[in-house]
Amino acid sequence: MARTLYDKLWDEHVVVQRDDGSALLYIDRHIVHEVTSPQAFEGLRLAGLKPWRTDSILATPDHNVPTTLAERTGGVAGISDAVSKIQVQTLDDNCNQLGITEFEINDPRQGIVHVVGPESGACLPGMTIVCGDSHTSTNGALGALAFGIGTSEVEHVLATQCVVSKKMKNMRVSINGKLGKGVTAKDVVLAVIGKIGTAGGTGFAIEFAGEVIRDMSMEGRLTVCNMAIEAGARAGLVAVDDTTIEYVKGKPFAPTEDDWRVAVDYWRSLKSDDQALFDRTIDINGAEIEPQVTWGTSPEMVLPVSACVPDPEGEDDKLKAEGIRRALGYMGLRAGQAISDIAVDRVFIGSCTNSRIEDLRAAAMVVKGKQKASSVKQALVVPGSGRVKAQAEAEGLHQIFTAAGMEWREPGCSMCLAMNADRLEDGEHCASTSNRNFEGRQGFGGRTHLVSPAMAAAAAMAGHFVDVRDFEGDIK
Amino acid sequence: MDRANVDTDLIIPKQFLKSIKRTGFGVNLFDELRYLDRGEPGMENRSRPLNPDFALNLPRYQGASILLARKNFGCGSSREHAPWAIEEFGFRAIIAPSFADIFYNNCFKNGLLPIPVPETLVSQLFNEMYAEEGYALQIDLTKQTVTTPGGQIFEFEIDVFRKHCLLEGLDEIALSLRDADAIRAYEAQRKRVCPWLFDALNSELPPA
Repeated sequence: MARTLYDKLWDEHVVVQRDDGSALLYIDRHIVHEVTSPQAFEGLRLAGLKPWRTDSILATPDHNVPTTLAERTGGVAGISDAVSKIQVQTLDDNCNQLGITEFEINDPRQGIVHVVGPESGACLPGMTIVCGDSHTSTNGALGALAFGIGTSEVEHVLATQCVVSKKMKNMRVSINGKLGKGVTAKDVVLAVIGKIGTAGGTGFAIEFAGEVIRDMSMEGRLTVCNMAIEAGARAGLVAVDDTTIEYVKGKPFAPTEDDWRVAVDYWRSLKSDDQALFDRTIDINGAEIEPQVTWGTSPEMVLPVSACVPDPEGEDDKLKAEGIRRALGYMGLRAGQAISDIAVDRVFIGSCTNSRIEDLRAAAMVVKGKQKASSVKQALVVPGSGRVKAQAEAEGLHQIFTAAGMEWREPGCSMCLAMNADRLEDGEHCASTSNRNFEGRQGFGGRTHLVSPAMAAAAAMAGHFVDVRDFEGDIK
Repeated sequence: MDRANVDTDLIIPKQFLKSIKRTGFGVNLFDELRYLDRGEPGMENRSRPLNPDFALNLPRYQGASILLARKNFGCGSSREHAPWAIEEFGFRAIIAPSFADIFYNNCFKNGLLPIPVPETLVSQLFNEMYAEEGYALQIDLTKQTVTTPGGQIFEFEIDVFRKHCLLEGLDEIALSLRDADAIRAYEAQRKRVCPWLFDALNSELPPA
């Protein structure tokens, strides 16, 4: 029978199929960070258990770590927030005690879990990958089954190397045609979320397909799958092709020699069969996608940069109208206001969505030779990992950013969720390359607008949102 | 919670996620809606100014054990701190038209029962609740029914295994470890076919 990519990955990992439809699913790679793991390690200890397979686990602190060089230099001891310090220290202690590989705070390989996994080769095609973090879906871009889990499940995976799971339904989102100039992977996934809504993928694994995805770089695919969760889907997937194989080749933890050849043969089979059935299919014309900007407090509240903020009076659905009204109130926007009229107080380029080298290159191309608008209080550029940072510095990107009046920081989650000191003040608008524009996400009362790195960079230079396609600069 | 798409950042804001404990989150449930000031870990919550308009602060809802909510409840982050906070506050069940997948899953790990029911029914329950102070629903997990004060009974769906775990308070890890031999057998076979999946992380020397 013809199977989807998700079907194949699922079947490959079922250890025990139970009568009620759930299965024990074997986990190949378990990524761990400091926020969702301490209670799991504690639970394991209290139950008198040890991790089933420590060599499956890779840990790195990312959410709490400071991103200024001054605070970072002191390592864990130098973290000024005492509560954050304990959490990062607890991860170190747990990993040391149990013999788990960890990229510690100032290890040059440290970074955001979903950046570190693919770039180190710890996450590979064909794997099942979990992490106590919803953006684990990122790794599905490799042709892996990757999804976020809660802390109880982290403990369960530590103890048994399995999750108890029910199979999800299959959805295929096909994006065909060619993307226009200045339109990026971020705009593609925001457009998808705008179309199907933040609950559109609930209960599904979404396979992203079509010409646009086939033409997309690996890093672009990681961005798309990263935000599958914002469309409600725990897992996003892309079929393995030459782009995947080329990306993985030579990564530090990737197989070599004979193992590499066997692995590649297997990985080549990781695509949906031609006749495979999907429970739901969505088709999008990539040529029609414009640069996107979110205006509200949910990622589905998104529009092309050329559009105007919606008017709740024009919405027939009472609940939706109330949602728009509440969002406009929180965001401090007028119904009908042009997106390009929204002034920006801060800019954040970073997060597991958009902090890879291609993201930084795209932003640097926009800002090169320009100056941050004086009305913009701060523009942060936070590389996703030590490896990304080193690469960017080797290319001189950091100098382009700092010359433009932006700040070049140390790797971490930073202002995506503001667990460290990087945050918005009450009422501030932020052009952010992150993934969530929820109330308070980037700081109490903060107003987040999700955009691509190029759009964020352009907003930093202009002081308000601008269509990056019209923006003077060297844009691909 | 009469609004759609309530996300886990709203349920428990990130500053409270710095705790390494599993308890202590109930006082900060819906912190940004519930209090007028800006909440930080370690604050004396009893002396903080309450938002008098927020449902959880209204006298009529004190002691409530069922949270009525709108669609896509619990979307966003996988933080299990969200169900921990809801459970610790005193809720035992959540009724909503739909739940986000990870949140839904996390609820069952913490003795919290999420009940998906049709949107029209949820709207009816909201209307009845607003109309009648002291409005109380009865939930029977064994029979999988909810009964309104007016005597209307509707059924809800729940997985057999999850229902069993909630009713019996079963330890899921211990249950899974009953299949330890099957896990070991699978693993041995996988190591033969895909050896690169094993011991790879130890292969790279830490940087000098």
